[in-house]
Amino acid sequence: MRKRIFVPLLAALSIAGVNAADSAGTEADFRSALSAAEAANKQAGALKNQWTTTAQTLTAAGQAAAAHDYDQAIALAKLAEALAKASIDQAKEQEEAWKAAVIR
Amino acid sequence: MRKTLFLALVGFTLAAGGSVRAADTTDPDAEFKVFRDYFTKRFPNVPLNDFVNGPYSMDEGLRKQWEAKEEFPPYEFAVETGKEMFTTPFANGKTYGDCFPNKGIGIRQTYPYFDDKAGKVITLELALNLCREANGEKPYSYIGDEMASLTAYMAFNSRGKPFDIKVPKDPRALAAFENGKAYFYQRRGQLNFSCASCHVQSPGQRIRTEVLAPALGIVAALPIYRSEWGGMGTTSRRFVTCNSQVRGVPLQPQDDLYRDVEYYLSFMSNGLPISGPGARP
Repeated sequence: MRKRIFVPLLAALSIAGVNAADSAGTEADFRSALSAAEAANKQAGALKNQWTTTAQTLTAAGQAAAAHDYDQAIALAKLAEALAKASIDQAKEQEEAWKAAVIR
Repeated sequence: MRKTLFLALVGFTLAAGGSVRAADTTDPDAEFKVFRDYFTKRFPNVPLNDFVNGPYSMDEGLRKQWEAKEEFPPYEFAVETGKEMFTTPFANGKTYGDCFPNKGIGIRQTYPYFDDKAGKVITLELALNLCREANGEKPYSYIGDEMASLTAYMAFNSRGKPFDIKVPKDPRALAAFENGKAYFYQRRGQLNFSCASCHVQSPGQRIRTEVLAPALGIVAALPIYRSEWGGMGTTSRRFVTCNSQVRGVPLQPQDDLYRDVEYYLSFMSNGLPISGPGARP
């Protein structure tokens, strides 16, 4: 499970790095990244397994966009999406994995 | 961003800890015995009834501080307020006592129960709000001071009475028990902790400055005055903050799953005395 969670986190980090080195992000790029992050977080909500850090990162992304710092806003939105996907992975894994921890 | 990523990595690394073996079927009576044996064998010097005192059963220094504090217990005002609320008639002239067996005195130990008509678990907090609504009053917040005061009074006048929780052979009750157990053992939040990570695998150990309470008897002291909160907290508030502390978005207070967890933990505490309201650091 850890591998499955690290991969999207590292992917978000590398994408953020590419963005920094590449041309500046636009508001449209941010809207697209935000939409993907919110969709993933909604899916985590349906599984009753959202993380507080996803919401905090989404808020920070919105604040960066409001300040017209779209590079930062896009990087944060992608991080929020990675966090949301990790929480989905966690919920799906724990549908069965919890049984291994029960006292017997 | 780097800080957030770092914390995510640390959280997963820390929480990748132990497990105890697999379970697949629902047999509450058998699970009760295994659950109790686990704690009594792990802590052979703790008298059975002392488990309800949570961290104080695990740490002698903390216990001495608590005993000194009990001379002027911080929950005393809540008990007095709760008594006044409990005995003051609603606008229609009825009182809370009219909604409960034995006029609501000395009954805390029988909650939660499975209501076969409603097909769900009824906790004491939910029963109090159902009572209010049935008498034309607005429900209280499940994490507010009013609910904490009412339940503090009901716990206080039930002190010493042993938990007496039934899980009938109704498939819906067994499903509620199983759902509560699953929620208790499922890891959640960015820190990847389950309730059991702290209260089964690590009781007696410290997490930051707090001594972790054992799961056995953990609901007996609720509601509690927490110094950390600077006030009283209901069972709902306790569950909500547990989720938040592991960076999980909490469920709504009295969500089906929270009620099922309380049902599971209360059944596992059968025979142990009600000690609430409690005081915790």
